[in-house]
Amino acid sequence: MEEKFEPKIAAFVCNWCTYTGADLAGTSRLKQEANARLIRVPCTGRIDPVFIIKAFENGADGVLISGCHPGDCHYNAGNFHARRRWILFKNLLDFIGIDSSRLYFSWVSASEGKKWVDIVDGVIDAVRAKGPFKQYKKMNKEIEIPVAAEEGVSVK
Amino acid sequence: MKIGVFVCHCGENIGRTVNCPEVSKACASFPGVVHSEDYKYMCSDPGQNLIKQAIREKHLDAVVVGSCSPHMHEKTFRKACASAGINSYMVEIANLREHCSWIHEDINQATKKAIDLMRFAVERVKFNQPLETIKVPVTKRSLVIGGGISGIQAALDIANAGFEVVLVEKEPSIGGHMSQLSETFPTLDCSQCILTPRMVEVYQHPKIKLLSYSEVEHVEGFIGNFKVTIRRKAKSVKEELCTGCGLCAEKCPIKKKALSEFDEGLSNRPAIYVPFPQAVPNVPVIDRSVCTYFKTGKCEMCKKVCGREAIDFTQQDTFVTEDVGSIIVATGYKLYSIDKKPEDSIYKGYGEYGYGKFKNVINGLQFERIASASGPTSGEMLRPSDKTVPKKIVFIQCVGSRDESKGFSYCSKICCMYTAKHAMLYKHKVHDGEAYVFYMDIRSGGKNYEEFVRRAIEEDHVNYIRGRVSRIYEEDGKLIVKGEDTIAGLPVVIEADLVVLATAMIAQQEAPKLAQTLNISYDKYGYFQEAHPKLRPVETNTGGVFLAGACHSPRDIPESVAMGSAAAAKSLVLFGADMLEREPIIAKVDATTCAGCFYCQKVCAYNAIEKKEIRDRLGNLQKVVAFVNSGLCQGCGTCNATCPSKSIELIGFKDDQIFAQINAFAEV
Repeated sequence: MEEKFEPKIAAFVCNWCTYTGADLAGTSRLKQEANARLIRVPCTGRIDPVFIIKAFENGADGVLISGCHPGDCHYNAGNFHARRRWILFKNLLDFIGIDSSRLYFSWVSASEGKKWVDIVDGVIDAVRAKGPFKQYKKMNKEIEIPVAAEEGVSVK
Repeated sequence: MKIGVFVCHCGENIGRTVNCPEVSKACASFPGVVHSEDYKYMCSDPGQNLIKQAIREKHLDAVVVGSCSPHMHEKTFRKACASAGINSYMVEIANLREHCSWIHEDINQATKKAIDLMRFAVERVKFNQPLETIKVPVTKRSLVIGGGISGIQAALDIANAGFEVVLVEKEPSIGGHMSQLSETFPTLDCSQCILTPRMVEVYQHPKIKLLSYSEVEHVEGFIGNFKVTIRRKAKSVKEELCTGCGLCAEKCPIKKKALSEFDEGLSNRPAIYVPFPQAVPNVPVIDRSVCTYFKTGKCEMCKKVCGREAIDFTQQDTFVTEDVGSIIVATGYKLYSIDKKPEDSIYKGYGEYGYGKFKNVINGLQFERIASASGPTSGEMLRPSDKTVPKKIVFIQCVGSRDESKGFSYCSKICCMYTAKHAMLYKHKVHDGEAYVFYMDIRSGGKNYEEFVRRAIEEDHVNYIRGRVSRIYEEDGKLIVKGEDTIAGLPVVIEADLVVLATAMIAQQEAPKLAQTLNISYDKYGYFQEAHPKLRPVETNTGGVFLAGACHSPRDIPESVAMGSAAAAKSLVLFGADMLEREPIIAKVDATTCAGCFYCQKVCAYNAIEKKEIRDRLGNLQKVVAFVNSGLCQGCGTCNATCPSKSIELIGFKDDQIFAQINAFAEV
């Protein structure tokens, strides 16, 4: 199984800069690897650290977060709050023993399609070199918390 | 919940790299999906009908469309679903084109990714709620920042349509750069003659409130409901008493210390002054930095001669607040300055042209003042150093424009035209004079523009030399201009009496600060950024804020006027409706769990969080909780991520919606 490891990347991107930048990469037909799955949020300020933990918990080998450049936030200051939050959160990850180097941050504006492609490919390569992220799943097993048992979803 | 899935091929755009029938098949097996199909063009009429038909036949509760970016067609599909009876917010878009088919080549990988993206959207839509658009009232008043020709045009258009306008101008008078010009291209009609009637119209218009010598300090609110704080700088003159007789300026003992801004430093003005005789409003201001009274506490000459007792040395800056529905930014441009001390300047180039060092090297606006009948020479063509008539004059174009190494890479657009005009004006006044123009290319696109340049060359015999000037130095009272004629391939030396530099148009220095106040974007040069370069040229990314004139990019007068009218029209579109509709993506507080810590209030950039008291039936205060002002909330969700008790949620991007997507990641 290990011989051809393809990392799974969860990317949280803001609607106004990075999502639009990724759209631009598409309109410009800039080819990139197909390992990242984007989750759109209005602003990086909306990203709760729990999202990141949940993403790791659900099998992400790397998490990428990207928003507007500092000072260019569509909502004035959302990315400043997000940046402060991440600095603390990254330290916390290290403290509790999760490899924080699997968490990536970047600023990509709506006009930086090329930069977005470079960042995504760079993250995919880096995570591929690190290998699969098993730690969190193992930890989950140890403390025996059911991972994906979400309640309240009434289907049909 | 019954979900319908629709996969669009977008012709070949998605279909080429994503196996759409397979995606549709895979989606059919997702829990909750009762209908799944693919079609060549989902956004077309037949495509939309497929969706509507499925909604009616299978009684769908929610719809997921795999198509292009939601920024492209989300509205289209929402509208289609709404017409078939589903709430438009029960529709989710999976971006299979920009984020999948266009950026990948391997069909297997792309198809797998497409299925994942569809799964995300299906899981998310299960937690969507039906929402209604929010309606907010519109304040039918406009603020225009900048009283140049563009701002004047915008203000007059809106006022003539019957709505109130607040016009803010930072200088003592409106008129802008156009009031400084002598004649205008390509008709050579007098600038002041066409401008000053407009200025007076602004002053006398019952719907226009003119705030001169004022600056925008602070802006809050949103489209249709802005609250603007304006600083009214102290004029030291009581506007309501002053009659504009001008006696104070006449008697002011300081005549030589201050350089006239209006004459671009070619003449002096007193400490108490009106910028020019036709100023609107015709009320002087005291320049406190040179006034003897403010420096030594003595003099008071103006106060003594003023029969109306309008002089008030104790006046302070005051602040006024105005409620407006739209804001038009028309702050204009300034000229690239190449001073004698380049180390003081952020622009280090062109010391070799000697601007500021040699009195007879001037810029375009200074030449306008020399040529103007209201200028320091009363329209006589006299050079600044010794007030003699220059017999040989050299114009140099593209100083600072189209020059990445020393200036800016953009073309300032108007210099080719005004240089031709300058050369013509010179030849009309000095019949035996010789005029030379050093140019890179002649760019004269515009109605009657090329004909105008040809007239300068053919009728007025202006010598156009294609090439750059390398150096200018003074010798025996003459300016030696050394350059190259690149067509002849020969060096050129001209002994000139006067040199005019067509310096670049640049953004106002305070533009980035104003952009931050208004929350609009600006480019690397400091010019304000439009919402779309082709289709939304006068709008900005902030709703209700529009652009006019040279604050957007170099513009000539007709274009500035057109933009002013366009921005006015955009404001009037806004004022056409009594209520504005906006997306219901805003935060909402659950008062039962809110503990009243108000962390949300601290992170909110819009001051949208208010305090709300919860009382029991007897009126006893139970607790104080957060409350979202739906008019101010813009829906960034920072409060949602900050709330320790998860009591504030961003509708449309709620935690369970995002967690549903993240949980779907487990099956990637």
